[in-house]
Amino acid sequence: MEQTTYYHSVMLERDKCKGCTTCLKHCPTEAIRVYGGSAHIIKERCIDCGACIRRCPYHAKVAVTDPLSKLNDYKIKVALPAPTLYGQFKGLQDIGRLLDALIAIGFDDVYEVARGAEYVSREIAGRVAHRRVHNGMPLISSACPAIVRLIQVRFPELLDNVVDVISPMEAAALAARKRVCRNMSADPADVGIFFLTPCPAKMTEVRAPQALKKSHVDGVISIMEIYGKLNAAIKDARHFDNLQHAGAYGVGWAQTGGEMLAVGVENSLAVDGIENVIQVLESIENGDLSDLDYFEGLACVGGCLGGPLTFENTYVAKNRLRRLTERLEKTSAPEGEQSELSSEELRTQMLFQPNPVMKLDDDFAAALRKMEQIERVLSDLPGLDCGSCGSPTCRALAEDVVLGFAVELDCIFKLKQKIQQMSKQMVDMAEMTRK
Amino acid sequence: MPLIAEVFEVKKDDFVSAGEVSAKIKRTLKKLGVDSAVLRRISVCSYEVELNLVIHSLGGTIDFSVDQDGVTLLVKDCGPGIPDLNLAMREGWSTAPESVRTMGFGAGMGLPNMKRNADEFDIQSTVGVGTEILMKFHLK
Repeated sequence: MEQTTYYHSVMLERDKCKGCTTCLKHCPTEAIRVYGGSAHIIKERCIDCGACIRRCPYHAKVAVTDPLSKLNDYKIKVALPAPTLYGQFKGLQDIGRLLDALIAIGFDDVYEVARGAEYVSREIAGRVAHRRVHNGMPLISSACPAIVRLIQVRFPELLDNVVDVISPMEAAALAARKRVCRNMSADPADVGIFFLTPCPAKMTEVRAPQALKKSHVDGVISIMEIYGKLNAAIKDARHFDNLQHAGAYGVGWAQTGGEMLAVGVENSLAVDGIENVIQVLESIENGDLSDLDYFEGLACVGGCLGGPLTFENTYVAKNRLRRLTERLEKTSAPEGEQSELSSEELRTQMLFQPNPVMKLDDDFAAALRKMEQIERVLSDLPGLDCGSCGSPTCRALAEDVVLGFAVELDCIFKLKQKIQQMSKQMVDMAEMTRK
Repeated sequence: MPLIAEVFEVKKDDFVSAGEVSAKIKRTLKKLGVDSAVLRRISVCSYEVELNLVIHSLGGTIDFSVDQDGVTLLVKDCGPGIPDLNLAMREGWSTAPESVRTMGFGAGMGLPNMKRNADEFDIQSTVGVGTEILMKFHLK
């Protein structure tokens, strides 16, 4: 269990890392330290948001996803394109063409994650409408896995408000497997479901699921990896009409506010960019947004369209998606007999658990003592938050010192001070011993 | 003798820094691993009282301390003082000026909300001198 809990898609390629402090300063959970000339990720703290991947000037931070060759492990391969994929291609007039290109490059069937999003939207709308106890805080979207992990690490008291509905990816995977097994009379074990992902957090969601006992997805392929192949295949795609089903609301989930619009709750707020999301979560925690019914927080600026594994510029992709969705109908997921997923299937199987790794000690008295020591160490540090010591801030260094991971002389200012003292002592000694 | 004790100054009309003290308090309590239900109540109270100092008072201090038994917030301002405490403790009563209300503050829920969320709550006020609020939160 421990091993799966800390599975990570975000990794460091040590030979590319220069040991600069760029990533250090932008990690929202202070999960990076630099020592011995390169960065190190504290696995307990990392939420796989990909902020470091985007920032690293040397591309030393990478996301590990499955290779395309993993398709060969299955007899029947199903592609689950994230709606973000639709905005990646120049001149694409018709989503159906892109879905057909997926067949051309080797998939046997396609199920749109946007359709999964339509099912999820309906479930969430029901949760908001039938909420029994309002604790002065909005219900919170569970769609962005980096934000769910951020809440587990930094805002555990908000976990009760995260909606107990599975992600559009998982909904699509479940529906896809059911459809393929029925239509092709296939053995479920022979069917490989592949999510085409804009971000590393989705890979982690599949490998170390939190809401389900086991993910319905078999493989995760980066949009960046598949982009070139698809772009070539689109040109000769024939366009089968029967692959494209999702409407404007489902496809809209790719960008910030799309979920909010699809769920259709009036008193909602959508926020993107992890720093902005942190600010709003702070306000929610303060009871300052008690009039809000639903909160959609996305780690990447622009929403999933801004994911670190996408090819196209976020705003260019957003504009393309806008033009593509203008042609779509504002449909919602099929109901009654036509529905592919039951409410029960769309519900999470497990509660999101707190991951309070920022905590100093399990024992409160010990934590208090450590905090006292931290304040003492901190009062002696320069307060410049320069990062040269390898910890992101002076406070983080003080914590690292007290927890035994660093020493005060890791601070170059303290070191300089010490050297000055020592050289003065040597001069004094030389003076004293001169005959 | 509390192990953690810090005094924060809060200035009148300082909307630029408003919320920073309560953010620091929250960060410390999270590092200490304070139970999330208690943390939520302290968050609400510390934010509310900090905003009160910015909006209603002539400035003051928040004295934050933690020991084994609990968290204490002792808040003192240097005026103007509340003329009718009973009225001020009633929900919906507010002296916030229009300029502040349009910013979304001053709904008159502040003091009653703090009283509801704190395990111990005491308020003393003298017009022309100032107001003192003591809030305690018990830890299991």
